[in-house]
Amino acid sequence: MLIDIRALSKKYLLGTVRVLALNEISLSIERNEYVAIMGPSGSGKSTLMNIIGCLDVPTSGSYTLNGQAVASLSDDELATIRNKEIGFVFQTFNLLPRADALHNVELPLIYKGVPKAERRIIARETLEKVGLGDRMDHKPNELSGGQRQRVAIARALVNNPSIILADEPTGNLDSTTGEEIMKLFADLNAAGNTIIVVTHEEEIARKSKRIIRLRDGRIVSDETVEHEAAV
Amino acid sequence: MIRDSFALLGEYTGMAWQSIIAHKMRSILTTLGILIGVTTIITIWTTIQGLNTYIGSVLSDIGNSVVYVEKYPWVIKGDFWKYRNRKNIGWREYEAIRRHSRLARAVTPQVVASRVAAYDDKKLEQVAVLGTTESFTETGSVTPESGRFFTGADIRNKARLTVLGAQLAEELFKKSNPLGKRIRIGDMKYKVIGVLERQGDFFGQSRDNFAIVPIGTFRNVYGQQRGLQIAVLAATSAELEDLKEELRGILRQTRKVPAADEDDFAINQMDQLTGFYEDATATLYAIIFIIAAISLLVGGIGITNIMMVSVTERTREIGLRKAVGAKKNNILSQFLMEAIALSSIGGVAGILIGLLAGSLILSLLKVTGGVDFSAIFVGFGFSAFVGVVSGFYPAYKAATMNPIDSLRYE
Repeated sequence: MLIDIRALSKKYLLGTVRVLALNEISLSIERNEYVAIMGPSGSGKSTLMNIIGCLDVPTSGSYTLNGQAVASLSDDELATIRNKEIGFVFQTFNLLPRADALHNVELPLIYKGVPKAERRIIARETLEKVGLGDRMDHKPNELSGGQRQRVAIARALVNNPSIILADEPTGNLDSTTGEEIMKLFADLNAAGNTIIVVTHEEEIARKSKRIIRLRDGRIVSDETVEHEAAV
Repeated sequence: MIRDSFALLGEYTGMAWQSIIAHKMRSILTTLGILIGVTTIITIWTTIQGLNTYIGSVLSDIGNSVVYVEKYPWVIKGDFWKYRNRKNIGWREYEAIRRHSRLARAVTPQVVASRVAAYDDKKLEQVAVLGTTESFTETGSVTPESGRFFTGADIRNKARLTVLGAQLAEELFKKSNPLGKRIRIGDMKYKVIGVLERQGDFFGQSRDNFAIVPIGTFRNVYGQQRGLQIAVLAATSAELEDLKEELRGILRQTRKVPAADEDDFAINQMDQLTGFYEDATATLYAIIFIIAAISLLVGGIGITNIMMVSVTERTREIGLRKAVGAKKNNILSQFLMEAIALSSIGGVAGILIGLLAGSLILSLLKVTGGVDFSAIFVGFGFSAFVGVVSGFYPAYKAATMNPIDSLRYE
């Protein structure tokens, strides 16, 4: 089991109000799954994503990622886990504006301690994998939205993480480009990657193989998606 | 963790440089305070080090086992009139020291006047004329370069002979041989019997522009009333303090100083000059320390301020770096390096300007000898230190940011 979440709760203070963002949820995800997490705003899906992504720790319950209990790790230990196990894709891409595509993709490798020459080679290969072999020396402002998101996906892939965690990955893209990005995720999943997409769009969620719906900090449904006619 | 950041040092330097280049004007203005501080330190440091080396080498020539009995002390503290009313040091004192001192190896009376020196159609104004005895070779540590110095007989006979300083000989005789020639000093003619070895310059003043004549001749020609300076060479430098005590005793007795009164003469020594010089430089050091500290403080605050701006501007970048695996230490080092780089730019520029300014001052003072490059380390150390101190708070703030909030920061 890649992700094993048991009776996990997250409470936090919003001003003076105690909010129960996640209420005793349990969930498991296997390697090579393609999961969409859905829910309206305030449903707790962002909190769940932050915890799965090791950016945050639960108030109670357990979370085991790739055999390692991560619920009680320190900030630096979480950073190491994120570096090794998680590849993030954000709605706003979050690329370094002054660095070219290649350098943006290299970033996780820097913190992994990979030597420069080796880093270059790996980043190059990864950019080719997402179809940007000819845009390596372009800065983010010289790239289209779709291309930027591809750079971000290459950055997420470069460390060979256990999970690609995408937060509204098509939110800032037009529908055609959005389709292309979702196609890329499907291809990556077919190649063996585990993908978790957080979204509020039904159409995007439908591209995955399993949809988990949240409401008020609880899982309200967990269904397998039937893909009738393959493209 | 420390090895971690060491391996990434190159990365941090690159990041720092990129960030500085991206905000050229802002970076230059920020580093200006450091530049001024380091320039001040290096200029004065270079100047003082240069002077120290120079003065040290000149003073060691002059000799440290000699004391000078005179009316005035070399460094006057307080009331000048107190010294002015003293009786002159005269022949009686010289005779007393010569007869009674057991610790002196040589006792030399000296008296100085300024006269016109002429040879042929060459005429020089304001030449120092020194009347002394044969023992001047010992107390003044001079040696004839050509010819000879006076003998005891020359002195006793009050002979009309002279020994010239190298500079004076050169100016009067150009390339011809001065030995055996007759020159005029004041109204009197003297035969040149020797030329001394060159002693060099002191702050651009020649120390070789003088003529020496036998003291008896000097006194006959220029008068008996003039005060003497008596140079006394100690038998060994270890006995210098004892010698001074002995001289005090002899002089107080000769000059009939009542037991309760203080000395009405001065026993001068090179130490006094070096001591005076050291006091003066200590004050100078204190002044630069204050100026430099103020400008470095102001510069440091400027760096802290701009680093706070930089950290806030790049909140999302920090969030992203943390998301992809940067630890606290990675972020801390990155921003600390940026602050150090920022202040080092001012530091390096300050070192260059300071070295130039220092060399310029030394050459204006006509001080020869090299520039001391230890200043480079001082300047670099200071600016790096300011970088670390002023960058620490912003870097720490960046390092402890929450990745979730910073990723969402607008």
